Amino acid sequence: MTDPASLIALEGVSKRFVKPVDLAGKIANMLGANNPTITVHAVDRVTFQLEEGEVVGLVGESGCGKSTVGRLIAGIHAPSEGRLFWHGKDLATLSPEEKKAAKLSIQMIFQDPMASLNPRMRAGDIIGEAPVVHGLVSKAEKADAVATALARVGLDPTYARRYPHQFSGGQRARIGIARALSVNPKVLVCDESVAALDVSIQAQVLNLFMDLRDQLGLTYLFISHDLGVVRHIASRVVIMYLGRIVETAPTEALFDHPAHPYTQALLANVPRLDARRRTFTTIKGEIPSPIHPPPGCHFHPRCPLAGPRCAREAPVLARAVHGGSVACHLNAGGVDA
Amino acid sequence: MADKVLAVEGLKTHFFTRSGVVKAVDGVSLSLAPGEILGLVGESGSGKSVTGFSILGLIDPPGKIVEGTIHLNGRNIAGLPDEEAQKIRGKDLAMIFQDPMMTLNPVLKIETQMVETVLAHEAVSRAAARARAAEALAMVGIPAPEERLDAYPHQFSGGMRQRVAIAIALLHRPRVIIADEPTTALDVTIQSQILAKVQELARDTGTALIWITHDLTVIAGLADRVAVMYAGRIVEQGPVDAVLDAPRHPYTQGLIGSVPSLGRRGSRLAQIPGAAPSLASLPPGCPFAPRCGAAVDLCRRERPALVALGPSIAACHVARQAGDAA
Repeated sequence: MTDPASLIALEGVSKRFVKPVDLAGKIANMLGANNPTITVHAVDRVTFQLEEGEVVGLVGESGCGKSTVGRLIAGIHAPSEGRLFWHGKDLATLSPEEKKAAKLSIQMIFQDPMASLNPRMRAGDIIGEAPVVHGLVSKAEKADAVATALARVGLDPTYARRYPHQFSGGQRARIGIARALSVNPKVLVCDESVAALDVSIQAQVLNLFMDLRDQLGLTYLFISHDLGVVRHIASRVVIMYLGRIVETAPTEALFDHPAHPYTQALLANVPRLDARRRTFTTIKGEIPSPIHPPPGCHFHPRCPLAGPRCAREAPVLARAVHGGSVACHLNAGGVDA
Repeated sequence: MADKVLAVEGLKTHFFTRSGVVKAVDGVSLSLAPGEILGLVGESGSGKSVTGFSILGLIDPPGKIVEGTIHLNGRNIAGLPDEEAQKIRGKDLAMIFQDPMMTLNPVLKIETQMVETVLAHEAVSRAAARARAAEALAMVGIPAPEERLDAYPHQFSGGMRQRVAIAIALLHRPRVIIADEPTTALDVTIQSQILAKVQELARDTGTALIWITHDLTVIAGLADRVAVMYAGRIVEQGPVDAVLDAPRHPYTQGLIGSVPSLGRRGSRLAQIPGAAPSLASLPPGCPFAPRCGAAVDLCRRERPALVALGPSIAACHVARQAGDAA
């Protein structure tokens, strides 16, 4: 059951995107064709908690549903199934005011600041719009609030009159952060927020994230495909594969003793500074389509350790020796039978 | 020089824009032995891609190679007229770009694009060209190459598209391939598959590679030598182990410190203050001096030259003085 102390909890949350049959398809269907609706199973019965003050890294490859989980938490998508809890209370049962407060407390920072900042708005308006709309500051106080927000992310307050294109990539990332912080959130969902930056700038922004966490007591869900970055910043890691959580554990435990074959493969494939002229070991194949996920364990067609049970039965997340949980039959009775 | 398949000397590529001359590449020298993989590392705007384009003769006005030589198999190809450059491009010299969706023609079948590439340089029959194309696809690990030839680019996944781009580059067994961030857009497991393939090909075919990237960790696993670029110049070059384990230039040190890695979890990353300078108005002296923690007066006055420091070369006054003292 959900721990009421958790800041955010997801319980069996699924998200399906359905593309209905178009008109031509419907007509063809009337004439006897068989055009089905296309359903993408983006997130499949995901359960996890975010405790106050935690930095959770959500890792997976493209199409694994990690961004969708972030958007579900930020309230951009509504779940198709399952329940979301905020401070132990089901979001669906909250009053409109409480719901609005909860949504405001969870803000999102996107990957590409050039695409997520309106190019025709000045930085000051980008940052100052939301707090004024939500009544957190009056119009008269807006300039001061913007100046404070800019200073907090390490930008000169005089930059408020500039447009997004007048900033460098790293500065734009900072504006995205300032905008998210302007409504005093408790939780930041960072979706690949440093992926587009050069390493030296990425280091600056990662340091800023950690400073802000100390100053403001923030909780982060840090979505990334970069295991190096996640290992650096997160205290707990959640690994997703094709819509499902396959493993979650404290960072050190997960990197030292990965339990799921997919996590093991992922870690073996991460390029590292200290691994020189190595022979790259590869896992075969590619991620299957989420439109037709394989039966049983989603990873079994690529798994070197798969047995007959894996193709039949989907493993559930269960306690593992490293202190986290893992969804693998190897951890629960074996792959045969 | 006879053992070098590619030798670039003092290459300068400048762009003559209305707001001034942008010295994107400003005196770059590098060389490649057969089968060697050179990692060319730098951040956005350091001139690493323009270096690659210059070698291929793909610089358009207002850009121009204003100085330097590029010897491929002993022949200078810098500033060749377009028809001459066409004969080399795709044959002895090939390029792989970051985004294969941008380089493959979306309305043509893979077969059409590959056969065209074969016929551009060799007078063979269509059937022979198709067979060559299928062979190249098989070489990069695309299953059922005969059938896949009839597919369009959008029917491939990102990793498979990049394999097709590599297969096209391999069609004429080039001496040198220039790869510009070819795995940056790919997932880790797919990136590993591509890197494994590239390593194998360099070893088996003797093709030399310039691997342009911003990612030092990829270079660490792949390259034999590494060259670090900053503001249009190479600031450090040497064997991978020497450069990554004992970097001489403060910029290289900063880059390595910025990489989140083992054993430093939760601690602050070493960040390089500020941002890269505009190439149109470089400061006098060392272009890195304004961001450098070790800079002395000399650095702001005089531009450092590349000097040998152990197995590497580096362009830094402070490192040179430390080397002299030792």
